[in-house]
Amino acid sequence: MDLELMINSFPKLLNASIITLKLLSVSLIIGLLIGLIFAILRLNKNIFINRFAYGYSYVFRGTPLLVQIFIIYFGLGQIEYLRSTFLWIILKEPYWCAIIAFALNTGAYTSEILRSAFQTIKPGMIEAGKSLGIPSKIIFYKIQIPIAIRQSLPAYGNEIILMMKGTSLASTVTLMDLTGVAKYIISTTFKPIEVFIVAGGIYLFMTFIIHNVIKFLEKRYGFSQ
Amino acid sequence: MELLAFGKTGWGDELFIATLMTIAVSITAMLIGFFFALIFTPLKLSKNKFFNFIANTYTTIIRGVPELLVIYLFFFGGTGAVMYVASIFGYNEYIEINAFITGAFAIGIISGAYSTEVFRGAIQSIDKGQFEASKVLGLNKFFQFFKIILPQTLRLAIPNLSNVWQITLKDTSLISVTGLVEIMRQSYVAAGSTRDPLFFYSFAAVLYLLLTFLSLKLINRLEIKYSRGY
Repeated sequence: MDLELMINSFPKLLNASIITLKLLSVSLIIGLLIGLIFAILRLNKNIFINRFAYGYSYVFRGTPLLVQIFIIYFGLGQIEYLRSTFLWIILKEPYWCAIIAFALNTGAYTSEILRSAFQTIKPGMIEAGKSLGIPSKIIFYKIQIPIAIRQSLPAYGNEIILMMKGTSLASTVTLMDLTGVAKYIISTTFKPIEVFIVAGGIYLFMTFIIHNVIKFLEKRYGFSQ
Repeated sequence: MELLAFGKTGWGDELFIATLMTIAVSITAMLIGFFFALIFTPLKLSKNKFFNFIANTYTTIIRGVPELLVIYLFFFGGTGAVMYVASIFGYNEYIEINAFITGAFAIGIISGAYSTEVFRGAIQSIDKGQFEASKVLGLNKFFQFFKIILPQTLRLAIPNLSNVWQITLKDTSLISVTGLVEIMRQSYVAAGSTRDPLFFYSFAAVLYLLLTFLSLKLINRLEIKYSRGY
């Protein structure tokens, strides 16, 4: 055990975890929006819209996140047309490519979580709203969405933790996030166990915090059953 | 389509072999995972606090730390650990472990943590009466477990194990960082030498989709088989 290395690498790794947290929070916000939109599309009765939304979530859940990042980072740059548009400003940055991939990935999982939450809402609640003469738009925003969000809190908490682990893949497209820096230190010092303990400890700490925040929210906003 | 031709001109045969490699690594990892689950599930269910602690530490660490970090640990640390063990037995030559074993082991440990949770949940949800009834009938422990408890556990566990399989299959793409030539690695090589990353990575995505789709079909059959009588 090389304690000195562990102490020396701790500030570096802690610094790198800021990038991890940034990647995580930005992609979660975009992903939640995407997920909500696609969950609503899934509930649409039009078969084409429905199929499209299902196809999106099927493809992104059925392929590894690594493939998705590589397609966006290495693949899209190949299209000549894209290089001339404003999109290129975003797509040439590994940071934004990683965020796009993460957001699309978590969006697919989130859409599934929200869809099943929408479907478990008891029809009686919607009927009650209707019989009170509330317009269906307001029923949707004020009754269905709040219930669905509460219903999906535990599953979404898992998704946040999975996504946090997913951000480690940013290191494969040259970003120096927590895993990227950990790998760099391992490959220069050849002390994998020490670095793993420190980096893994930081990840576990973040998992612990997320887990408890979600638990708190569940207690606060969940149904008292 | 020329790019996918079999033989020397295309990448078809290389990608086919790479796909078989992905399947082989996934199955090996899944089996290693079952082995770990076999050890840790009883520890989780045991009444002994210390055993509980060990099993909980294992599943918590694996489920809270990124897969890639675990793979780096094994990739850089695996050789050292094996050589250390070997040196205790007096063998001091350099030992190289191949990427397949390191990769399958790393993914297997990850998959094992998920399997452990699945089996724990399944065994806990079996009615207590089943255990008691099999005891009352005077069946021996071995018979009790394999003929009464296990078949019921499997019925409950298969849908969740199917999820674990999907996660394991997708996680094997991460082994490409160690140089094992599976789908991801082969696509990387092909993309590099043909300068057509969009095509090859998209094709890799199609291959993974195909694998997940086909395995789901197969698992559905198993599910039907084990749900007979329900």
